[in-house]
Amino acid sequence: MNVLMTGVGGQGIILASDILSEVMMRAGMDVKKSEIHGMAQRGGSVMSHVRFSKKVFSPIVPYGECDILISFEELESARYLPYLNRDSKVIINKFRLSPPSVTAGKDAYPDVLPLIKEITKNVAVVEGSAAAREIGNPRGVNIVLMGVLSRYLDVPENVWIDTLNDMVAEKIRKINIDGFMKGRSL
Amino acid sequence: MKKVLSGNEAIARGAYEAGVKFASAYPGTPSTEILETLAKEYKSILSEWAPNEKVALEAATGASYAGARTMAVMKHVGVNVAADPLMTLPYTLVRGGLVLVSADDPELFSSQNEQDNRQYARFAKIPMLEPSSSQEAKDFMIEAMRISEEFETPVMLRTTTRISHSMGVVETGDPVKVKAPTLERHPREWVMLPANARVRHPVIEERIIRLREFSNKSPLNFEEKGDRSIGIIASGIAYQYAKEAMPEASFLKLGMSYPLPDKKIKKFAAKVDELWVIEELDPFFEEQIKAMGITCRGKDKIPMCGELSPDIIRQAITGKKKKCPAPASLPGRPPSMCPGCPHRGMLWAIRRNKAFIAGDIGCYTLGFLPPLDAIDTCQCMGAGISHAHGMSKVFGAKNEKITAVIGDSTFYHSGLTGLLNLAYNNGTALIVILDNSTTAMTGAQNHPGTGMTLGMEKTIDVNLEQVVKALGIKWVETINPYDIKNARKKVKEALDYDGPSVIISKAPCVLLKSKAVPGKALSVDAEKCTNCKVCISLGCPAIEAKEDSVKINSLCVGCGICADVCAAGAIGGAR
Repeated sequence: MNVLMTGVGGQGIILASDILSEVMMRAGMDVKKSEIHGMAQRGGSVMSHVRFSKKVFSPIVPYGECDILISFEELESARYLPYLNRDSKVIINKFRLSPPSVTAGKDAYPDVLPLIKEITKNVAVVEGSAAAREIGNPRGVNIVLMGVLSRYLDVPENVWIDTLNDMVAEKIRKINIDGFMKGRSL
Repeated sequence: MKKVLSGNEAIARGAYEAGVKFASAYPGTPSTEILETLAKEYKSILSEWAPNEKVALEAATGASYAGARTMAVMKHVGVNVAADPLMTLPYTLVRGGLVLVSADDPELFSSQNEQDNRQYARFAKIPMLEPSSSQEAKDFMIEAMRISEEFETPVMLRTTTRISHSMGVVETGDPVKVKAPTLERHPREWVMLPANARVRHPVIEERIIRLREFSNKSPLNFEEKGDRSIGIIASGIAYQYAKEAMPEASFLKLGMSYPLPDKKIKKFAAKVDELWVIEELDPFFEEQIKAMGITCRGKDKIPMCGELSPDIIRQAITGKKKKCPAPASLPGRPPSMCPGCPHRGMLWAIRRNKAFIAGDIGCYTLGFLPPLDAIDTCQCMGAGISHAHGMSKVFGAKNEKITAVIGDSTFYHSGLTGLLNLAYNNGTALIVILDNSTTAMTGAQNHPGTGMTLGMEKTIDVNLEQVVKALGIKWVETINPYDIKNARKKVKEALDYDGPSVIISKAPCVLLKSKAVPGKALSVDAEKCTNCKVCISLGCPAIEAKEDSVKINSLCVGCGICADVCAAGAIGGAR
């Protein structure tokens, strides 16, 4: 199973993919994860690959073999089209952050949905950022989106909850579990 | 116990299990997390940030001479800084195991070049191990220590970004018991004056022969039986990619990749119809294997530049291109200097004075990007000051405006000697030290100017202005870069001064939650905005160009620089 997470530096993609990796290991799989975060703190594009199976060799997903792509930002969902195929599931968080050429007025923010729908019809747009704001934790959008993703993976809910409890600091535990459950209901 | 660990975390775990006593490093992507993990999770190991990699390797050498297991950790270009001690270190007697971790960066995710540090193992005549997964990263660290002590040699553990930063499942173990350090004297083996060094050179040559035999016998290098029509020799991440791409092929997997196991390679080559050598970057194995008289394929089809992938390997070997969707043409999203970054105003002030800006390695290198366009050179740590000095010397009385910018951590790493040279040789450039009180580029590590050690113990807090004066610079001023009008004025003054000058631009990194920045977003009065775009020229991600005016978005942290440069007084709010 090949999951790609995409978005912008600062959205919590690395923690989210760490949690997914831990969950899958606890679910008894071999797991490998790889991401680019050299300069991600400075608002660059971020992509994380998470692969799990009985045995995984490469930590990166080959082209055309992505099963689920979950994008934390709208434009970033379309940056990695070569990884997709006609059966790929694409989940897009409804949230826009303009890249530098758009803020400088040189480019328009593109309409990405048609680009993806040309490859796969299996696309869902979710209000993850709005949900995170609703429960009073706008920075927890990554956990909300993990909740969304969990609906498409065959892992018992308690494995997710136990992992979250073990991986996040105690004082923010409750709000993260709330965020996860909210995402799971979206 | 099983854990999901990054390659770097696994190396730290391996150091712990191997009984390492001392570790020294300078932060550098992708190696940084090794020491951070040691400091956080394995406090029994004395871990330190050194001012640079040469110092790190020398300190590790001292610990080894005392009989303790020790490691020095650096990114690939860091090994260049440490190359002076590295070339002589193998001549000397290693007592406690000594491992040099070199974290290479194929594809240059965060580096200024793409060098293949496997060449260093051969150059320094030391054994090298290359893990291909997090599990091996941990296991090989332990094995490297054992080899180091058995053969009394430093060992290089080479990773690449894809090993350092990818995660995998690791089975952890218990730490081994190691001997306590003892003071001994071995002057013939440790004092490398010519008479002693001459005697030691043959020791290295003879050792490499023994190591080659070890490599031939070691289970670190093993065959995987498969279809004999194609045989693949690979190491590190290239092995994983090749397994993914060609699961049916026969493999010779190299864990010890210098010196090469020549007998194993000859045996393997004789068994397969077509031999492929799959490696990232240089044809390091391929050239040695061809020199053994063995026919093989490799760099005629595999690129010399950038990272490999399963797709590249499959296409090279089978000649078949996989069908997949084409990439979309989208606006790029390069990294940029953060909203509120104290360096932005300072770079803008220098540019407005129409000066040449020799740059250096750090966050401020991002000031290269438009619209700031405020970096003209960038070569290696510390080079900017020396570039500016050389330029100022050739222009002499013609008085071109020459400046260099350098971060505080980079200044302690290798700016000190450059500045001393500028003063000593009567250069006239202006050096701006961008002091944000951290090593920001690699994620906020401490250094001699932060008052804290890696382990968060209080320590000296270097007075930068005194250091600069002590090096012989007479014109020195420390300024607040958020006061942009004063910054511009001071740059002009310094450029007009006949002699070397230094401005210390002092304000903490905004990622450290600076108190200097109010944190409240500013706004634009569209009525007053003349749409002159001066604020856009700051290159701040929080300022967006609209048709008739500009808009400030939610990324704004209220540093106020845009308000100060707005002649129309249209930007206001927090200040």
